[in-house]
Amino acid sequence: MRVGLSWLREYVELPAGVTGAEVEAALVGLGIEVDGVVDQRETIKGDLVVGRVLEIEELTGFKKPIRFCRLDIGRAEPQEVICGATNFAVGDLVPVILPGGVLPGGFEVGSRKTYGRISNGMICSARELGISDEHAGIIVFPADISAKPGDDARPVVGLDDVLFELEITPDRGYGMSVRGIGRELSHAFGVPFRDLGAVDAPGATETPAYQVIVEDTVGCDRFAARAVRGIDPHAPSPGWMTRRLTAAGIRTLGLAVDITNYLMLEYGQPMHAFDLAKLRGPLLVRRAHQGEKLTTLDGVARVLDAEDMVICDTGFDEAVASSGVGVPISLAAVMGGETSEVAPDTVDVLFEAAHWDPVMVGRTARRHKLFSEAAKRWERGVDPALPLVALDRAVRLLIEYAGGATDGAVLDLDHVQPPTPVTLDPGLPARHIGVPYTTERVIETLTEVGCTVAASGDVLTVTPPTWRPDLTDPADLVEEVARLDGYDKVPSVLPIAPPGNGLTAQQRRRRSVARALAENGYVEVLSYPFVGPAALEALGIDEPAVRLANPISDEEPLLRTSLLPPLLATLRRNLGRGLRDVALYEMGLIFKPRPGAGAPPEMGVERRPTDEQLAAADAVVPEQPWHVAVVLAGEAEAAGWWGEGRPAGWADAVEAARIALDAAGVPAGRVQIRNAEHAPWHPGRCAEIAVDGVVVGHAGELHPAAVAGLELPRRTSAMELDLGALPVADVTPGPRISTFPPALIDVALVVDAGVAAAEVERALVAGAGELLEAVRLFDVYTSEQLGADRKSLAYKLTFRAPDRTLTAQEAVAARDAAVAEASTRVGAVLRGA
Amino acid sequence: MTYRNDPYDPKQVALLDPEALDDAVAQAEKAFGAAADPDELTSVKHLHLGDRAPVSLARREIGALPPAAKADAGKRVNQARAAIQSSFDTRLVELEKQQAQRILAEERVDVTLPWSRRPRGARHPLTTLMERVGDLFVGMGYEIAEGPEVELEWANFDALNIPPDHPARGLMDTFHVDKPGLVLRTHTSPVQARTMLTRQPPIYVVVPGRVYRTDELDATHTPVFHQVEGLVVDEGITMAHLRGTLDHFARAMFGPEARTRWRPHYFPFTEPSAEFDVWFPAHRDGPQWVEWGGCGMVNPRVLRACGIDPDRYSGFAFGMGIERTLMVRHGVGDMRELVEGDARFSRAFGMEV
Repeated sequence: MRVGLSWLREYVELPAGVTGAEVEAALVGLGIEVDGVVDQRETIKGDLVVGRVLEIEELTGFKKPIRFCRLDIGRAEPQEVICGATNFAVGDLVPVILPGGVLPGGFEVGSRKTYGRISNGMICSARELGISDEHAGIIVFPADISAKPGDDARPVVGLDDVLFELEITPDRGYGMSVRGIGRELSHAFGVPFRDLGAVDAPGATETPAYQVIVEDTVGCDRFAARAVRGIDPHAPSPGWMTRRLTAAGIRTLGLAVDITNYLMLEYGQPMHAFDLAKLRGPLLVRRAHQGEKLTTLDGVARVLDAEDMVICDTGFDEAVASSGVGVPISLAAVMGGETSEVAPDTVDVLFEAAHWDPVMVGRTARRHKLFSEAAKRWERGVDPALPLVALDRAVRLLIEYAGGATDGAVLDLDHVQPPTPVTLDPGLPARHIGVPYTTERVIETLTEVGCTVAASGDVLTVTPPTWRPDLTDPADLVEEVARLDGYDKVPSVLPIAPPGNGLTAQQRRRRSVARALAENGYVEVLSYPFVGPAALEALGIDEPAVRLANPISDEEPLLRTSLLPPLLATLRRNLGRGLRDVALYEMGLIFKPRPGAGAPPEMGVERRPTDEQLAAADAVVPEQPWHVAVVLAGEAEAAGWWGEGRPAGWADAVEAARIALDAAGVPAGRVQIRNAEHAPWHPGRCAEIAVDGVVVGHAGELHPAAVAGLELPRRTSAMELDLGALPVADVTPGPRISTFPPALIDVALVVDAGVAAAEVERALVAGAGELLEAVRLFDVYTSEQLGADRKSLAYKLTFRAPDRTLTAQEAVAARDAAVAEASTRVGAVLRGA
Repeated sequence: MTYRNDPYDPKQVALLDPEALDDAVAQAEKAFGAAADPDELTSVKHLHLGDRAPVSLARREIGALPPAAKADAGKRVNQARAAIQSSFDTRLVELEKQQAQRILAEERVDVTLPWSRRPRGARHPLTTLMERVGDLFVGMGYEIAEGPEVELEWANFDALNIPPDHPARGLMDTFHVDKPGLVLRTHTSPVQARTMLTRQPPIYVVVPGRVYRTDELDATHTPVFHQVEGLVVDEGITMAHLRGTLDHFARAMFGPEARTRWRPHYFPFTEPSAEFDVWFPAHRDGPQWVEWGGCGMVNPRVLRACGIDPDRYSGFAFGMGIERTLMVRHGVGDMRELVEGDARFSRAFGMEV
């Protein structure tokens, strides 16, 4: 909300010379966010003075009437100004901006030749001064103003205020009013507060102002109304009122409506003005019927919900009234209806000021997406003590500016419950804040915010004021004590935590994997987890996925079941920006829906839910394991002065899996890698990665169709592992390092082309026995001699004993055993044998 | 070869002549001196020290001398031979040294040549910043708590004192899952609830993690971002402890001159609540206060909903955006750079922040 200092001064006796910055600091210190401060005096630069028209010379021969004016601006010589408006006469007082001045929007005023004369300044309209949209003519001041020619015209036109744009937190409904902000400022400056919202006002009369029945006193615990009859429908709103409404960003809509809006800004009490002539019978306040219809003031025909509340006119025929309980004429607390609204010809007005259930209003506002100024206040809580004060003020203002009369009748159906007292241990603020507040200080601060405090024995009974429905718990009172005393008085004390256990095994493992991949050339990125059917289809991924009800983009309503689709999009973005050799990795959660899971059980907040409830609730939450993935395209090794480059490919992706598993503490001996077919990989170039026989991921070159569909470079490769499926690393037993010399023997084995190298190696390891220290495949060879479907695998075997130097015979025997096992398992033949 | 049995021949013993021996030494020295490298030196060695070398032949002639002359002649031959050997050895050392130096000179390379065969990898600065924050608090005895990103509405809202019709729920811009009771968590705070549900005080945890709100991506907003949250629940915890913790955290992140300033605010899950600013002397645009996060004392209602006795325990919580922290600390001007995954951005930060 936006409010000016002049209005606030009506409520709080601020020091005369207080600056906008001081007020801003005070508001911020009390928890009211200031989004902006506008000093209206600075919106116009230079001399804006009052001038008296001395002489008008009508210039002819132009397309429109032009006046050459001489004005008394308090100087020896009259000021000569050209003006295109005609709504003024000799003797009038008008605002004049002199050469050198700058109007809002950066318009610089100078001495210039126009229409054959020199114009030394400009007579201004309201729009030119940024006061309102009025531009039909220039501003003519009333004759009785006290300003003389030459005086600063800013205070005369109302440009002498400082405006504050304020953000009010959801707990402080009272802050959405001049009254509430004024109260806060009185705390900050320690100056008296003049509460114009807590004054006497006429109460209910025997004959009500209008006949109203409130059917649901929970949804509407107060409904008050007063009438004014016989007003001048054309009476304009006074300038001070429209200026303040304009400054607050509220359009002026005629006197009666302007009054309701003005009082909403001042008191925080939303009001409504009905045209009495359009009301046919008694009003009924009730819940809407499901499906009932109402066209609201914004012209939208709304279908109502059974939880909405409506004000109905029961004066319609049975035939018109859909269910015999009146026709809705207003969506209660949120927006009025078209049919009963005051109009430019309204002469009899019924002002309504009620009090509505915040929960009901909030739901209605959300349901109909109608976050009106009124709804925002209701939702945050409105002082239920305000209706009669607001009505009295509305009636008096309307009569003052539009004539008419009130019959003195007041309707007030009051079912408001008094605020519930809160029991407070006066030591609690000190214990929770760490500042030694005395009981006296606690009572003082709470009294200052409007509470009634009664001390008895060791406890305080604190009754919050009617405008503070947010003060329900001792903790709320503790905050008020700390806030008013000042947060800056809270000392800085570092608490000593008990010894912790450091990172968990999973946390350490994620860091190791991330670091290992980065050290091996992969760049970490963090992609959004949103995916769409198009990308999934291109990749051939067909799995159930968690779906969002309100995605950012309708194209991507699903959450990833694999890191790859978003990560490949990130790869493509990099390539699109001209990067050629890109290797990326990402670590994050994927989301697996729980098929058939219903709704979680209802769990209250009065106490801890039971373990059974929590388990049932968690059974609904999708499984969300940590995954790690890499994608790579272009060259894995660049060409350079050292020689050729090497394109990235399936082998890099599989190696990335080995690197990640190694970093995760999974021994190579527990990892199995075999050919598999799995989307989105190339069916002949996809490795299935398993640990202890459990598949934990895949790696290899992507399917050519997927690569083409996503417009990625050929041979783009990828790897993805489910980190959650990896066993937590055991305690690694320390190795025994033999210092005896090794025996190195090379063997070349010929096998069928389809035999996996990993199987041959497993056979060699199994056959060689304990003397084998290392085995390394150093060549893969095919030739016509070998045969089309045969290949030769050359291994370097390292044998070593822990306790002696091996003899040649021992090493050869071990070699022979290894080859024999390979022969048995995979039909390997020693090459050249 | 029958000369061994030849009778004494004065011509033959001429080689034993001192002048001849001196000449042999001189010839050898000359030849060794002329050798340009150890190989050349070795190739002429046999001419002066080999079987057919003058000193070797001279030694054979000793036998032809009268017995009285043998000792003297033998001595002369040995001296000559020793002189030649010494000359050879000296020259060999010299040439080997020269050769080693020449090889070192020849093997000189341009060490400024690049070796960028494999491009460097990098961590994402958001991850490393979260790890850094985690490490700071782990060092203080805290533990790192985690929770799901698709979360129960109950944990994200209800347990945190945000009932279904609370205005704050509307302010959260929540992503809803198309199944009842599930949302993408709007903050890391549900992990507070999950932590308190599963363990009793003393609780000292930090929660780094990913959160979601339905904001469109622009220079200052992103629908997917990261927060880090701290939660302490123990006996006797006060707001002064909160300030001490935040001041320490601020100094670790923004330098020893950093400090915090509080503004009263509203969060349903804390009471009292504050937003806090940090004084950042090294800000890109000069020393200034920067909005950093929110904090407060855990609302007793939250403690109660999570099974912790609010009469015995009190607690504080704080949280801040990791993106915002990174943008301020490192002078990153546009949120999009943090989320687009451009490899150049991560590489600029390397392995640490």
